[in-house]
This record gives sequence, C-alpha cells and structure tokens, in this order.
Amino acid sequence: MVATAKKKDVVIVGLGWTGSIVGMELCKEGLEVLALERGDDRDTVPDFRYPNVADELKYGVRYALMQKPRNSTLTIRRTLGETALPYRALGSFLPGDGIGGAGVHWNGNTFRPMAEELRLRSYVLENFGESIISEGMTIQDWGITYSELEPYFDRFEKVAGIAGKAGNINGKIVESGNPFEAPRSGEYPMPPLPQTVDALMFAEAARRMGYHPYPLPSGNASEAYTNPYGMQLGPCSFCGFCDRFGCFNYSKSSPQTCILDALKRKPNFEYRVNAEVLRVELSPDHKTATGVTYLTAEGAEVFQPADLVILAAYQLHNVHLMLLSGIGKPYDPVSDEGITGKNYAYQMTGSTSLFFKDIDFNPFVGAGSNGIVIDDFAINRIDFGAHGFIGGSYICAGTSNGQPIRSMRLPTRTQSWGGQWKQAIKEWYGHSMSIGSHGSNMSYRDSYLDLDPTYKDRYGRPLLRMTFNWKPNDIRMTQFMKTKIEAIAKSMNPDITESDYKSNGAMYDVRPYQTTHNVGGAIMGTDPNTSALNRYLQSWDVHNVFVMGANAFPQNIQYNPTGMVGALAYWSVAAIRKDYLPNPRSLI
Amino acid sequence: MSTKVLTTTRRAFLKKTAASAAVSALPAWTHEPAPVPLEQYQSQFFTADEWAFILAATARLIPSEGDGPGAIEARVPVFIDLQLAGDFGKGTKWYLQGPHDPNAPPQLGYQSPLPPAEAYRAGIANINDWCRSNHGRPFVELSPKEQNDVLTGLDNNQIVLTSTLGVNFFDLLLQNTKEGYFADPMYGGNCKMSAWVHIGFPGARASFREWVGVNKPYPLGPVTIAGERA
Ligand SMILES: Cc1cc2nc3c(=O)[nH]c(=O)nc-3n(C[C@H](O)[C@H](O)[C@H](O)COP(=O)(O)OP(=O)(O)OC[C@H]3O[C@@H](n4cnc5c(N)ncnc54)[C@H](O)[C@@H]3O)c2cc1C
Ligand code: SF4
Repeated sequence: MVATAKKKDVVIVGLGWTGSIVGMELCKEGLEVLALERGDDRDTVPDFRYPNVADELKYGVRYALMQKPRNSTLTIRRTLGETALPYRALGSFLPGDGIGGAGVHWNGNTFRPMAEELRLRSYVLENFGESIISEGMTIQDWGITYSELEPYFDRFEKVAGIAGKAGNINGKIVESGNPFEAPRSGEYPMPPLPQTVDALMFAEAARRMGYHPYPLPSGNASEAYTNPYGMQLGPCSFCGFCDRFGCFNYSKSSPQTCILDALKRKPNFEYRVNAEVLRVELSPDHKTATGVTYLTAEGAEVFQPADLVILAAYQLHNVHLMLLSGIGKPYDPVSDEGITGKNYAYQMTGSTSLFFKDIDFNPFVGAGSNGIVIDDFAINRIDFGAHGFIGGSYICAGTSNGQPIRSMRLPTRTQSWGGQWKQAIKEWYGHSMSIGSHGSNMSYRDSYLDLDPTYKDRYGRPLLRMTFNWKPNDIRMTQFMKTKIEAIAKSMNPDITESDYKSNGAMYDVRPYQTTHNVGGAIMGTDPNTSALNRYLQSWDVHNVFVMGANAFPQNIQYNPTGMVGALAYWSVAAIRKDYLPNPRSLI
Repeated sequence: MSTKVLTTTRRAFLKKTAASAAVSALPAWTHEPAPVPLEQYQSQFFTADEWAFILAATARLIPSEGDGPGAIEARVPVFIDLQLAGDFGKGTKWYLQGPHDPNAPPQLGYQSPLPPAEAYRAGIANINDWCRSNHGRPFVELSPKEQNDVLTGLDNNQIVLTSTLGVNFFDLLLQNTKEGYFADPMYGGNCKMSAWVHIGFPGARASFREWVGVNKPYPLGPVTIAGERA
C-alpha cells in the first residue's frame, strides 16, 4: 500500500546546491516547502570534523561521500553499436549523495560562461558560417543571454562567497582580472586567495608571453565573510583535503556553509533524508504533476502530493527521473526526434606535467580552487574557421592537494612498482606541477541519455544509459591547447615535460577521474521541438515541473558548470516567484 | 608457509626497524607497543598460503632494499588483509548485478561479478597454479628475480589469469599495495608513517596558510589522524 503524505506547496527532489537555493527562495514566499534527499543528513559538525576528515583513503579513494553504484548507477557505451555496461565502481565522475550533494565535495572553481557561449550556434553562424558545424553536431543557443543572467551570477557569487578578481566591471577593463570576460556589475565578494608556488610560476611565465593571467574564481574563502543569508565563512587554511572532502573549516562554499542553517530555521521548510524519489506522478492528461513517489529508509513507498515539483537531483538523476516518469518524449538519435535525453556532453581536459628537481612545490599546501588562469585561448578568442574546431579552454595551474595515493605525479619513464618506483617517489614527490586545459565539449546526435534495455536498479527500474564518445572537433580543440601549453611549459625550463591530451581515435574511458561536469539531457531552449525545458527551466510538457542543474546545458561550456548552474537556479526561481506562482501555467 | 619467504621477510623487517630506530627521535612512538610481527599476525581474510603470497608479492612491488620502507616494513599486507575483510573486500558499494561481459573493453571499467576479496582468492590461486605449471613451485618459493618476472608478466598481460573473470588482478593488487603504503596508519599499513616520512608528506596536518607560495622544504614531520607525530 502506498501511503499518501500531507500535501505540500512545493516538493524539491534532492538537497544539494540547486535544491538549497530553490528551497531558500521559495520559502520567502511563505510556501510550505519539502525537500526529499535520498542520502544521509550531513553537517560540518560532526561529519567533516578535523582530524577525521583528513583521511585520504576513506574520502579520496573509497569515496565515502559519493553515490554508491550499488544503490544508484547508470550504464555507459561509446557508440550506438556497443552494448552499454554498468558503471559498477566510480571512476570518471563522482555524483554526490546526501545533504549538500556534490556541493559538499566539489573544488569550488566558480566561473561565469562567456556571453558567446550562451548563444553559441548563432555566434558560430554569424562569424564563421554553418559549414564549420560538423555533421552530427547538435549545438544550440540556450535561449537566454548573458546580460539577462548577470544579476543572478552576481547573486550566486555573493551567496556562495566567491574569492576572485574582476577583469571587466560594466565594460571597464580592470588590471589583473580576466580582460576577456563579459561585463560584471561589480567586484567579487572577496579578494583572491594567495597563490601556491606553481600558480605563481605559471602567472609569471604567462605574463612574459603576453598572456593575461588572473586568479581562479574560488569557492574557498580568502577572508572572513558573511553572505546575504547571514551565513559566515572563515578563511581557507589550504588544508589540502578539499575536493572529494567536506570542509572542516567553514571555508568552502557549500550548501552547508552558505544556505542550509538559514534554511533550516524557516518554519515553512522541512526536509527528509533517506527519502529516494522514484518518479514524478502526472495527472491523467500528463499536463501537470500531482507530486512524487518516494521510498523511506524502511522501504515504505509514500506518495507526496505537491503543487510544484522541483527536480534538483543532479543532471544525471534529473534526466533519469524524467525518463522514468514520462516527462517529455525520449530522444531517438536515429530519427532525431524527441527531447528528453538529447545532447549529453562532458568536459574535454588535458594537461602537461612539468618536473623541476630543485623546486619545492609542497603540494600538500593546496586548496580546491587555488590557481592562476588564462583565457587567451577561450571561446571568444579563437578563430574557429582558421583553426578548424568549435570550442575553447581555460588554461590553469594550481594545487588542490598532494595526497600521495591519488596525486603522486611521476615521470612516465618510471616503473610503476619495484625499487625504481620507491626511489622515484622520494625524488619527485613535491617537485612537479601541472598546467591544465579545461575545455568545452560540443553536443552530438549520438551522445545522449535513455533507459537501458537490460540492467535494472535495486527497485527493478531500468538504469539510465549514457551513449558518449570523444569527437574529432573536440580532439582538435584539445590538441590546439596542447601546443599552447607546451610552449608556456618550455619557457619555464623544467627538467622533464610530459603531456597528456586526447588524440585522434581516443575513446571515452570511464576509469580515470576526469570531471563531475556531466551536462545536457534535459536542455533549455526556445523551441519545444528541440529542447526539454523553456528558458525558465520549466518543462515544456508538464508546466509545474522545473528542472535545476547542468542538464539544461545544450552543450558544455569551457568552464566548470556550477557558476552557471547556480545562476540559472536563481533566474528560474525568480521567474517562479514573479510570474508562475500568481498564475501557474506554461510561462511561454 | 614457505620458510624461504619467512626468512627473507624477517631479515628485511629486522634490518629496517633497526635502521629507523637508530635515526629516530620519535618520542611519540617510543611508548607504543611493538606491532605483532607479520609472521605471527592473525589474518582476518587470508588463509596461511594466501598470506604467504601477499607477503612475498608486496615485498616485490615495494621492495625493502634501498631508501625508504618496503611494503613489509610499512606493514602493507596487514592493510590489504583488513581491507579485504571489510566493506571494500565485499564490494558493498559496487554494482555487481549481471549480466557480466567477460570480453568487455577495459575502458568500460570493472566488469567482474567478483567483489575484490573473491578476486584476490581466485587470483592468488591462479597465480600459484601458473607458477606450479611453469616453475614447479608456488609463487613464494620462487627466487625474487623469478617473482619479479611473474609480476612483470601479469603487469604487461603476458600472463593472463582465467579465474578472475574480468578483473585485472595485478592492477588491483598494485593499487591496494600503494594504498596500504600511504594511507593513515590506523588502517594497518604505513607503519609509523614511514612512507610519509620517506616522501615528505605531512599527513593530517591540514593547515598551511602561512606556507602558501613558499618554495622551501616544509620543516615539520607528519602527524596521523590519531595525533601521533613522527
Ligand atoms: C570532486 C568534484 C569536484 C567538483 N569541482 C567543481 C568545481 O570546481 N567547479 C564546479 O563548477 N563544479 C564542480 N563540481 C560539480 C558540482 O559539484 C556540481 O555542479 C553541483 O554540485 C551541482 O549541483 P546540483 O544541485 O545540480 O547537484 P548536487 O549538488 O549533487 O545535489 C543533488 C542532490 O540530489 C540528491 N538526489 C539524487 N537523486 C535523488 C532522488 N531520486 N531522490 C532524492 N534525492 C536525490 C543527491 O543525493 C544530491 O544530494 C565538482 C564535483 C565533484 C564531485
Ligand atoms: S582547502 Fe580550504 S576550503 Fe578546501 S576544505 Fe581545506 S580549508 Fe576548506
């Protein structure tokens, strides 16, 4: 028997970054808001307490804070012809689980996309012509402009407490910021962090070559700070246990440090943990949702009625829930019809390692988002026509950690075991750095998400199936970045230089960690035939379902996604408050 | 257990402890009871034969000779035993439902029905079988050189194990060996933080604000999560 819970005005699925933002803003309307989180409750104390959190094995290697594939996973194949196999153990990406979601254990690199990225298709057509869009590439405009979003980027940066240096304030270029960024309405809420040895060396080399180094915008507080919700952050100690860990120091921007205590104080907010939403329930005409069905820790099924359903369960889970609930027609890459699952994309990264015998980098002195960046080869700086690809990268050096199991960088000529390895770890630990390219990834007809025909989850539901592979356009982009980075590296005179970039024929490998920047699958846009969500992140088909997260990206930006994800959540919730609640309907 | 591996191991072990005791000014450790010698250690997961294999194999992966502790001095085998007896060994977090494709491309990741503990059990038995058919003796009775050759053959896929069903057993063993070498000592390996001292990693100190941007050797030794200092 399915029990029916007391009706709420709003039910939010997942209490990570976007769920917390939407919860806070909708509570201001006096609505009864309930968040359902599948994982455990988590708070700085006791869950991220020092010294217990400084445990590489538990958090960095065994992924104590992340999704357990046994409970929730997907299948992956590279081509339409391959049989997808389960992602049985975590590797390439690490979805969150529990209060705070991946916002607990992210790095904190918090960017705004370039204005050009949000209207990429139009930008390409206007400047380079349709012929450079390769066969099968399905890039789109987002249906929203940078200037419309600017106040919401600003809002997210102030709530999250981002440390950085503006490069363009209202059109005026500011020294030592990023001169190529779109205009910002003001400075970052905090000054930049101090920089590690590798970042300082990179900044100097880049400047010597005429590039424009600027501090990586960071969700690691550089000083004491109080955000608009009255939440307080303290300065980051460069503890070196940041990404994959919770912050013990109240320094990392996270739902816990920036939103949740303020939200929990609201009398009209409630959250339930170990409450896994199985599906969104629809009215008989499929035009509205009536609520969601979830499982309690004890395994009881509960129907939770609500007037408004917010999916904030992370990109992959949002798309999975939409497919399982029948929201939007599933995408079919053969007929190119349908929308749910369309345009899955990832992040194209590569790096060059530089070894210096005589420099003490002290890599354990690290912060999740410490570093120096150049945007000289970013999307609005590249002549796509001349270089033969669409895309760009930010290039960066910085140190997040020197944990020896996961971050032991050795010259590849070293054997991976035996006496030589033991000698090499002493010789090279702390004597190398890396310059990375963090690049865009276009969307393609045969990179998409649907339901797996074979594998089931523990409740017997089909797993999500990902079809994704690297494509020549994006490989050309990363190979271009390799030449630029190697030139910078050479100018720094290291003893040894080694590069690692995808090259022709590279197939997606799910084993090494790459990024948890999975995007697309329920994309936003201007046309219900080519997007699952309208520009307010509202489902075109089921108007009282709004979907937060990077699933809205029609292709991936060159930057880490969360600055955009946070801004979109604020943008969407502003539209819900102003236009939707007074008159619930399709906003477009 | 083979006497051969025992003597090599014990000799290396004694030599190493004596050496580190001689150079040490390790106040935090002098009060600690000496850990049980590896030969007397009561394993939680491994059988006696398997334990002998793990002592011998890890001693080749991170040998005792040269600068810094070997796997034996760092008590890596204890770490592996405890990990396999626990959640990791049982694969409690992993999705292990079938169907399983024995010919899956390696890039699609772990595709075995075996949780790690079972992969070890099958893998060790299989390696010993291989050594018996090719050398007439189990792994522990081979010379260090022969052992290295077997491990090299596994590493570059010249020796293929049929029993571990889609697990690259060598990669798993090497990964767990390095984990045991570098993880906090509370997990049984990295004895006396010797691997951290070897490379200059300060362990759980986790506070370096005044050291940001300083290109000089960091002066303080490591601490464990339990607060011991080296
Ligand atoms: C190691 C790591 C480093 C990262 N570094 C960066 C970075 O430097 N910069 C950057 O921009 N981004 C980074 N990210 C990505 C960033 O964490 C995410 O973009 C961000 O957290 C997404 O917010 P979200 O609200 O969409 O999802 P989340 O914050 O993950 O929240 C989703 C929540 O929904 C819950 N949930 C899922 N399914 C259900 C269900 N069926 N029922 C109930 N609850 C459910 C989950 O348990 C989770 O708590 C990183 C991620 C990782 C893992
Ligand atoms: S590096 Fe800074 S922000 Fe990150 S966990 Fe450590 S103290 Fe917190």
